[in-house]
Amino acid sequence: MTGAEMVLKALVDQGVEVIFGYPGGAVLPLYDELFKQNRLRHVLVRHEQAAVHAAEGYARSTGKVGVVLVTSGPGATNAVTGLLDAMCDSVPLVCLTGQVPTHLIGNDAFQEADTTGITRPCTKHNYLVKDTNQVARVMHEAFYVARTGRPGPVVIDLPKDVLVGKGTYAGPAKVKHKTYRPQVKGDAKAIEDAVKLMAGAKRPIFYIGGGVVNSGLAASQLLTQFVHTTGFPCTQTLMGLGGFPGSDPQSLGMVGMHGTYEANMAMHGCDVMICIGARFDDRVTGRINAFAPHSKKIHVDIDPSSINKNVAVDVAIVGDVAHVVEDMIKLWKAKQFRADDRALKAWWGQIDKWRARDCLRYGASDKVIKPQYAIQRLYEMTRSRDTYITTEVGQHQMWAAQFIKFEEPGRWMTSGGLGTMGYGLPAAMGVQIAHPDSLVVDIAGEASIQMNIQEMSTLAQYRLPVKVFILNNQYMGMVRQWQELLHGGRYSESYSAALPDFVKLAEAYGAVGLKAEKMDELDGVIEQMIAVDRPVIVDCRVDPAENCFPMIPSGAAHNEMLLGPEDEAEKPISEDGMVLV
Amino acid sequence: MQTEEIRRHTISILVDNEAGVLARVIGLFSGRGYNIESLTVAEVDPREQLSRITIVTSGTLMIIEQIKAQLRRLVPVHKVSDLTIEGPSVSRELALVKVTGTGEKRVESLRIADIFRARVVDSTNESFVFEIVGATDKLDAFVRLMEPLGLMDVSRTGVVAIARGPNPI
Ligand SMILES: Cc1cc2nc3c(=O)[nH]c(=O)nc-3n(C[C@H](O)[C@H](O)[C@H](O)COP(=O)(O)OP(=O)(O)OC[C@H]3O[C@@H](n4cnc5c(N)ncnc54)[C@H](O)[C@@H]3O)c2cc1C
Ligand SMILES: Cc1ncc(C[n+]2csc(CCOP(=O)(O)OP(=O)(O)O)c2C)c(N)n1
Ligand SMILES: [Mg+2]
Repeated sequence: MTGAEMVLKALVDQGVEVIFGYPGGAVLPLYDELFKQNRLRHVLVRHEQAAVHAAEGYARSTGKVGVVLVTSGPGATNAVTGLLDAMCDSVPLVCLTGQVPTHLIGNDAFQEADTTGITRPCTKHNYLVKDTNQVARVMHEAFYVARTGRPGPVVIDLPKDVLVGKGTYAGPAKVKHKTYRPQVKGDAKAIEDAVKLMAGAKRPIFYIGGGVVNSGLAASQLLTQFVHTTGFPCTQTLMGLGGFPGSDPQSLGMVGMHGTYEANMAMHGCDVMICIGARFDDRVTGRINAFAPHSKKIHVDIDPSSINKNVAVDVAIVGDVAHVVEDMIKLWKAKQFRADDRALKAWWGQIDKWRARDCLRYGASDKVIKPQYAIQRLYEMTRSRDTYITTEVGQHQMWAAQFIKFEEPGRWMTSGGLGTMGYGLPAAMGVQIAHPDSLVVDIAGEASIQMNIQEMSTLAQYRLPVKVFILNNQYMGMVRQWQELLHGGRYSESYSAALPDFVKLAEAYGAVGLKAEKMDELDGVIEQMIAVDRPVIVDCRVDPAENCFPMIPSGAAHNEMLLGPEDEAEKPISEDGMVLV
Repeated sequence: MQTEEIRRHTISILVDNEAGVLARVIGLFSGRGYNIESLTVAEVDPREQLSRITIVTSGTLMIIEQIKAQLRRLVPVHKVSDLTIEGPSVSRELALVKVTGTGEKRVESLRIADIFRARVVDSTNESFVFEIVGATDKLDAFVRLMEPLGLMDVSRTGVVAIARGPNPI
């Protein structure tokens, strides 16, 4: 078999159905093989970065490994942002990159790039295959590495002569990495310590993250069961939304910089924190020496390097969420542990007081559309449907996280760790490919959407009815907000000048363009957007001055939140906070 | 706080001897801002194609633990051992030290070399190359003493280390 034939056979043997890619000289042998078969579907994007984000959307919404195919040189370098995005958010991908033939490597050949060198810090692992006989092994190993343990992107760099050359194929069963064996089962002693600590807790809180989503539907069901059994409150990170049902009474909503008042106050005041598949990110902890100062911390994570990285914990359990939580539940029941009901009652009483602050409240208006209101209406009008939400990056992303409640994992795709503007549209494309009959909405900003707007053409080609819902505030709102709070309102380069007419732009791409400028137009536009069985861009004109609250300013503690515009003036941001991102 | 103290650790890493593995390890240190005080690498098991990398690094306890966890995360890494805390170990470094000069200084350099059990591996009328093996401190001391005596060049291997006793690392 040729190397190219083996690559395709390996993809089929790994259960791959869809590849997102873009051709070029170095990968022509692969495109030739693709042409000759019909088991693998190839989706032609308009930019390689979009291929990676599409594969991310596909992977996040299905739990499968996303697959990308790009050419050497510029094809590979265009994919880099997507790869790092997948790395930061633990998304399983296999990215095949073309490479110049082995005898030309190192000669500055046409479209040569040191792809393994460039992608080494942005991938979980990468390979340069120099021998056709290694193609099958590397392919299967790459899938194994990408999806097991803490998932992540894997690059396979394939020189053209290796694709053209002949070798022997081996099936997936025969391939196992020599030493790479992630630990899934948690240590029994640590689990017992954790459960004991939980039973003695007076002010406990579950702090759950993307690891619950990564671990799969069963993990989230087990976790939900455990949260219900204990009666403890549960907060989610941006990446953990949907890991626990958002509308459950025990959910406190999102934690962190733009999280809810009750979630952050409860994190600050807790005595036992149960962190499940989250990584104590700086957006979550705020000032580290003021983070949950009176708490004992339990941390469940499959990646030992996540443990004690930012925050020292008292009980560390390395393992997969589903496995560990199952063991925790068993032990809790077997030893007849009980939560401290009296203490818990008092704790909920306190939490309810925090809740009563109604921290997501915003100034109402009957003329200009408030962005929060637009998201709220979008949520209310789509919640009973089979809906998937993706976002770009900025204020609109945070409002989406605050106002939409996700009841199960895999319905929410957003770029958290890298915060990549331009993620949402291609990600939505990947989701729609995987779920052709579902409603897929990209909640966008007018600035972010322009970073991968070319993918409208891909939507048209494959008739993907993705809805792009732009909260058009005419600013890079998130930047504008920071400039207002930290830089004396000097709005340096954050105005979105010379915006295209999004309605005409949609039409130019063969999509439907809609616009909402006044409050009374909003519902009608959303209704129409949902009803149309074609790609849609909604240009929703919202209040350009609105800021996203609550907010923990950089360098502040959880109990030093800004709750709204009134707080802005009263609590100026410290010099120390200024240097942080 | 006790944990804030900067400590020096010798870490031994057994890796697949494949292309790019050293770049992975070094890239991890530079990318995450960890220190490398010395680094050695060579194949140690040709049949299994394994190499051993020995790194001397420094940091707080939390950083040292993080370094080990990050190293273990690399796919071609088989085993990471912290020789500084996992039982007694021996470590050695080799240096080649070139000293040039004549007369009294030349005699003095030879005398000191003798005290340090450094061997002369090359000599001309106006130069010596000494070979010295030992712990890093000993090599440092030797080099310092050679400075006023016409120290010309120093080439050091960096530390290699192994656990004491019958058990493997
Ligand atoms: C503009 C902007 C604002 C933001 N504001 C906020 C904010 O207010 N609040 C917030 O929370 N985030 C915010 N973020 C996102 C933030 O940057 C981080 O991406 C996010 O907090 C990380 O989520 P996580 O801790 O759940 O970790 P993830 O990045 O999802 O990592 C998952 C963790 O779980 C582990 N894991 C993976 N799989 C498993 C498994 N099977 N079993 C066990 N463990 C597993 C991994 O090793 C990792 O440690 C913001 C991002 C942007 C762009
Ligand atoms: C690729 C990239 N470049 C720059 C940034 C920094 N950044 C974060 S949010 C933002 C503004 C986004 O503006 P818009 O899409 O209009 O969203 P809004 O905040 O107005 O809702 C910028 C520039 C980023 N996250 N990603
Ligand atoms: Mg905007």
